Amino acid sequence: MKSIAADKQNLDALMARLGTAARRASRRLAFMEVCGTHTTSAFRCGLQSVLPENVRLISGPGCPVCVTSQADIDELIGLASKQAVVLCTYGDMLRVPGRSGSLEKIRSQGGRIEVVYSSLDAVALAQREPAHQVVFAAVGFETTAPSTAAAVYQARESGVKNFSVLASHKRIIPAMRALLADRENFKVDGFLCPGHVSVVIGSNAYLPIVRDYSVSCVIGGFEPTLLLSALTCLCELAVENKAALVNQYPQAVTPEGNRHAQSLLMGAFEPADARWRGMGAIPESGYNLRTEFAKYDARIRFGLITPEEREPKGCLCGQVISGKVEPPTCSLFGRACTPVNPIGPCMVSSEGTCAAWFKYKGRLSPYSETPLQETAV
Amino acid sequence: MSIKETLSVPLGSTSGPRLSRVVLAHGGGGQLTDALLREAVLPRLGNPMLNELLDAGFAADGQYAITIDGYVVQPLFFPGGDIGRLAISGTVNDLAVCGCRPVGIAMALILAEGLERRTLDRVMESVSITAKEADVSVITGDTKVVGRGHADGMYLTTAGIGIRRQGTRLNAGDIASGDVLLINGPIGEHGLAVMLAREMPEVDSVLQSDAAPLNGLIDTLLNAVPSVLFMRDATRSGLAGVAADLAAKTQRQIILDEEHIPVRTEALHAAEMLGLDPLDIANEGKVVVVVRKGDVHAALKAMRSHPLGRDACEIGRVGEARDGLCVLNTAIGGRRIVQKPYGEQLPRIC
Repeated sequence: MKSIAADKQNLDALMARLGTAARRASRRLAFMEVCGTHTTSAFRCGLQSVLPENVRLISGPGCPVCVTSQADIDELIGLASKQAVVLCTYGDMLRVPGRSGSLEKIRSQGGRIEVVYSSLDAVALAQREPAHQVVFAAVGFETTAPSTAAAVYQARESGVKNFSVLASHKRIIPAMRALLADRENFKVDGFLCPGHVSVVIGSNAYLPIVRDYSVSCVIGGFEPTLLLSALTCLCELAVENKAALVNQYPQAVTPEGNRHAQSLLMGAFEPADARWRGMGAIPESGYNLRTEFAKYDARIRFGLITPEEREPKGCLCGQVISGKVEPPTCSLFGRACTPVNPIGPCMVSSEGTCAAWFKYKGRLSPYSETPLQETAV
Repeated sequence: MSIKETLSVPLGSTSGPRLSRVVLAHGGGGQLTDALLREAVLPRLGNPMLNELLDAGFAADGQYAITIDGYVVQPLFFPGGDIGRLAISGTVNDLAVCGCRPVGIAMALILAEGLERRTLDRVMESVSITAKEADVSVITGDTKVVGRGHADGMYLTTAGIGIRRQGTRLNAGDIASGDVLLINGPIGEHGLAVMLAREMPEVDSVLQSDAAPLNGLIDTLLNAVPSVLFMRDATRSGLAGVAADLAAKTQRQIILDEEHIPVRTEALHAAEMLGLDPLDIANEGKVVVVVRKGDVHAALKAMRSHPLGRDACEIGRVGEARDGLCVLNTAIGGRRIVQKPYGEQLPRIC
C-alpha cells in the first residue's frame, strides 16, 4: 500500500528546476493544456498553488464534452427524446444541459438512456434488443474515436442493423491551429500536449505545429510529478527562446502513435469540418463516417436536421475552453451555474474547467480575474 | 442547530435545481441528496432529532438509537462482499459510529419474481455469517415479492436498534482546533470493486469491497479512549463527504494531508482509469474518528490491535480558521478544497 504521495526527492528537484527557469524568464509565462484529464489532474493536486508566481497553466479545448457544440448537444437530446430510441452515452454527457433539458432529465421522464463504458457495449445492447434502435453518442478526441470506429466495424461484421452512431468526434491538431491563427491575441509560450490523445496520434503529429508557429509542444503524463516535469520542460524551452517538440511521456507515447488505432479510425471515418463550442467551425477538425458506413450514421438514418447553434445566455464556456477567460470571469460561475445546477457543459463534465475549478477551488481565484490577453505578456 | 447548518453547503452553492422528477443522482448521498431532503423531507417531517441528519436517531431519553437503510446494490455479489454482508454491516456501523451497541436487527426482503432460490440462499447465508461476526441477531422481518423486472433481483432493508454506551462523549460540538482525524485503513475500495464488477467484468482486479461490521473495532477504540469526539463511517460520498460535512457542521477548517491518506496502489490506478477522485469513492468498512491530540497515540494503538484497524493512521486535523471548509494539502505541496461530491459517480453501490 502507498499513499497518494509523490516521490519527494524527485519532486523537490523538479520544483527547484522549475523555480530556476521561472526566475530566469523574468517575464510572465503562460502554457496551455489541451486535455481534460490534465485539467482535472492539475486542479486535483493543487498544481496552481505551487507554481512560481509568473508561471500559469491555462486550460484549453481539451474536455470532449465541453468542446461539443450546443447544436450537436441539442441534436443528441432531441434524438434521445424519440420513443423508439435507446441512447447509449458515456456518463459525462448525462447532465449536459440542452435547449430542452438534459439526458438525465429525459431518463427521469422515461426515456431509455444507457450509460456505457465502451462503444462495444452499445453494439452488444443492439444485438440483445433487435426491436429497438440503439444509438451511440460518440464524443471525444482521437482517444475515443477509434473505439467508435471499432463499434461500427463490429456492427457490420455481426450484421447488427439496429445500431448507429451520432458522431461528434474532434481532432486536436486543427483546434490548436485555430487557436494559433490568432497569434496576436493568443499569447501562450507553449502547449502541454495530451497524454492519451498522443498515444493514438503519436508525438510526430505535433511537429507541423512547432514548425509552422514556432511554439513548443511538450507531451506530458497525468501524475503530479509527470505534469510538473512537462511544465518544467516548457519553462526551460521558453527561457531559451526555443520552440521544440519534447515527449515527456515516452512510457506511453511513441513518435508514430498507435498504428492499429489509426487505421481503425481512418478506415471508418474521414476528416471533416466540425463545429466547436465557442470556436465555431474549424476546417478538418472532426470526422464523418465514410460513405460505406453511412448506414450507421444516425444523422442519415433518422434524417436529423442540425439545430441552430444557440449557446445558453450569459454562458462563457466557449471563451473558457479557448483559454480566453478563467471561470470566475463568467458572471454565472458559482452563482447561477454550479455542479448541482449547471448551465454550461464546462460545469458538468468531470473534465470541465469550470467543474474542476469549482470543485477544487470554490469561487477563489489565485490569479487576477483579468482575461488572458491582458495578463500574458 | 438549524437544518442549514447541519447540511454541507459548499462555497457559493445555490439551493439547487427544482427538478420536477427524481433523478438517479438524488440517491447518491451527495449534495443533491441533501437538497432533496431539504426540499421534500425536512419541511414536512423535520424535528430536532431528524434535522441533525445523523446515521441513527436517538429515542427514550437518548438511551436507544434506531437506524434504517435500504440496499439496492448491483450486482448482488461483488468481490469482497454481497448485498447481505452490506446490509448487516451498514446498519451495525450506523449504530456503532453513534456510540451505540447494536442489540437487534429487523430485515425486510423485497424479492423479484423469478429470483433464483440459490441466490436468496447465498445472500441469507452471508447475512447469517456477517451477523455472527457483528454479534447481533436479526430478530424480526418482512418478505414481499414484486413482479418480474422490478427490484432487480432483490432489495434489502435493514433497521437496527442500539443501546448507547455509557461514558462516551461523542459530541461534534466539542471539536476544537488541534484535534486530529484518524481512519482505520485504505479508502475507496468498496466503490471501485462494485463499479468494476458491474461495468467492467472483463477487468481482472485484486480490489475487494471492504464491507465489514465495525462495531468490534469501535468497541475496542472506545474502551481505550472513551473521550473520542466524533465518528462517521465514510460511505457513499467517501472521505470527502465526511470531511466536508464535518467542516460545515463545526464551521471549522478541516485539514487533510494527502500523503497520509492511505490508498492502495491498485485503487489509485482504478480510480485514475475511471476518472474518479479516491476521496469521493464509497467505503463500507471505514470509519473517520476525531480525537484530541493527546489521545492520538492511544486511539491508534487500540485501533491497530483490531484486525479491521491494522492500517489505522492519522489523516488530518482541525485547523484554526473558522470557515467551515475542508482543505487538502496535496502530495506535491499544493492546497485545494475538498467538497462533498455532487451526486453519484457510481450508482447503486449499496
